[in-house]
Amino acid sequence: MQFQYVLDNFVSLFVGGLVFGAVYALVALGYTMVYGVLQLINFAHSEVFMFGTFATVWALWLIGADTSTMGVALVLSLAFAMVVSMVTSGGVALLLERVAYRPLLKRGAPRLVALISAIGASFVLSEAMGLRGAIASALGLESVLGRYVARSRENLGLPTDRTFTVQFEIFGYGVTNRDIIIVVAAVLMMVLADQFIRRTRTGRGIRAVAQDPETSSLMGVNSTRVIQITFLIGGLLAGAAATLYMLQVGATRYNAGFILGVKAFTAAVLGGIGNLRGALLGGFVLGIAESLGAGLFGGEWRSVVAFVLLVLILLFRPTGLLGESLGKARA
Amino acid sequence: MTRSTTIWRTAGLLTAAGLALAACGTTGGDGGNGDGGDGGDGGGDCAGVLAYVGPLTGPAANLGINIVNGSKLALEQFQEANPDCEVTIEEFDTQGDPAQASPLVSEIVGNDDIIGVIGPTFSGETAATGPVFAEAGLVTVSPSATNPDLALNGWDTFHRIIGNDDTQAPAVATYLTGIDAQSVFVIDDASEYGAGLGAGVVEALGDLVVGTETIQVGDTDFGPAVTAVNASGAEAIYFAGYYAEAGLLVSQLRSGGYDGLFMSGDGTLDPGFVEAAGAAADGSVLTCPCAPADDEFAAAYEESAGQAPGTYSTEGYDAANILLQGIVDGNLDRASLLEWVNNYDADGVTKHIQFDETGEVAEVVVYAYPVESGEILLGEPIE
Repeated sequence: MQFQYVLDNFVSLFVGGLVFGAVYALVALGYTMVYGVLQLINFAHSEVFMFGTFATVWALWLIGADTSTMGVALVLSLAFAMVVSMVTSGGVALLLERVAYRPLLKRGAPRLVALISAIGASFVLSEAMGLRGAIASALGLESVLGRYVARSRENLGLPTDRTFTVQFEIFGYGVTNRDIIIVVAAVLMMVLADQFIRRTRTGRGIRAVAQDPETSSLMGVNSTRVIQITFLIGGLLAGAAATLYMLQVGATRYNAGFILGVKAFTAAVLGGIGNLRGALLGGFVLGIAESLGAGLFGGEWRSVVAFVLLVLILLFRPTGLLGESLGKARA
Repeated sequence: MTRSTTIWRTAGLLTAAGLALAACGTTGGDGGNGDGGDGGDGGGDCAGVLAYVGPLTGPAANLGINIVNGSKLALEQFQEANPDCEVTIEEFDTQGDPAQASPLVSEIVGNDDIIGVIGPTFSGETAATGPVFAEAGLVTVSPSATNPDLALNGWDTFHRIIGNDDTQAPAVATYLTGIDAQSVFVIDDASEYGAGLGAGVVEALGDLVVGTETIQVGDTDFGPAVTAVNASGAEAIYFAGYYAEAGLLVSQLRSGGYDGLFMSGDGTLDPGFVEAAGAAADGSVLTCPCAPADDEFAAAYEESAGQAPGTYSTEGYDAANILLQGIVDGNLDRASLLEWVNNYDADGVTKHIQFDETGEVAEVVVYAYPVESGEILLGEPIE
């Protein structure tokens, strides 16, 4: 136990946890929204996120951004990459809903079947990315796609410059522009999603389906469409999270979604699954707890701290910190 | 290099494909040998079959392919010099997995035509199959298995032409004191390889170590480690682990404001390190008991293999050469070839090669490979 070390570096650990917690929270929103509407844990959501990380890198390659890209050009490049990433992840999420869920729901399959379908889809998406080189060569496209499919099981790094400038200091810790961008962008996205659910007509539809699918369809809500939109929003948020994650971590690989997915799901449960604000709170609490725990006990205890915290909170509050479902959220 | 067993998400498909490939290789090799035996003539029947044991597919395939290409180059040059001598190298693909290596090794041991083995490649598969080779009296020369304990099993057949992990740590200390580093932070990845190497480096550096931290294989966010490094004010970092984590770690250290030296070991000596880290990798130094290829070797290798030599290419070449020279010297059965390797005493492309009674190579040289402008440059011996 290194109490003195944690006290001395509290701000640094805290801000580090806050930044990563923002990424957890954005991904957690996807889990929580789908759960709220379908009572289904969409285990393939981690792969939706992973596709976003690749889309971020590929978008930057496509416009030729590299370490010499600076200033406004860099900001615009990253903004473009984020849009591409959101569109990609949103597309994958829609595809997932279409292929892996809708046929099952139509036939009235039990929830367990949909869950297994989600796990299967997760493997397929992850390995499709990990075997993209083999797939491309089978189709004879290897020379056309070149580096986009080369070394497909290895880490892929963000091509732009990653030295960030310190903007201001809090108690001796230099907060960089990256820290600010990640936290502000994540919170902005979450506020938008929250307001969308609370204030718009479609948002009201989502809440109605979450509360009672049968009655809402009697009242004229198109539940298929609502489910589709729920997946799309989750995908868009995961895509945004993917770009922020690349800024923070710097590289991705075909199985990058796995651990992050587990953590984001944990964040969703921690905050109360089905609850949007719960996902936000859960993400930040988890990120900060992990970071401080790693400082206190050593880096190898990081995940232990996160999951012990989860068990403790669920022991005392089985429905999570905010424990309120999507359907009960009031406008 | 010790590699922990990877859990395969696509185990079924890949295993089937791997076994099918291995089976094809075996059949082809057998045929070649039969023809060779008939064609041999001149002073004594000069023929033999060698086996390569190690990964050719799977997550660590690159290292195995480097070794195979090195040994193929040795074979080509040997056949040019000795056209009457018919030798083939059969390839057995273990995917670097001890569980897959065991049945293949039973097959090798049962095939009396095979008189020498290049490999096994990784420490895990070497540990799993060592007793079988020892029992059969089939000589093995590993270009790359570096776990120190392997030599302590009393297997007469075990040899390696690379320094073990214990030899790397003192060299790291020599290098760091050579550049007058005053404070070093040591990070390991909790794997068998990383923890062993990390502990060795900490011990060798003594008072210079200002802090240690452990990360996990598969982790992607190293924020707490970056905080710990910055808080310690270290001038240099040594990371004992593999290139996948090393790439992420160095890039997060750089963006976290650390501007000291980043060092790592043979687990990081792979283009994947630079690919993941980008410009952040520049200025890093990687240590490895493996020797870089000189220009002459690189040119011959590139012509033969169609790609530049990589980690363990030169060691693969040397391992094959020891066995090939034994065959041309007339050691055509397992017992006499084992005797030949035990008494071997000659220069290879990597170093002067001579084995002690445990199978360790007598001369060990550790090289420091600098990384500049996105490329791993040729290593310089650490003295």
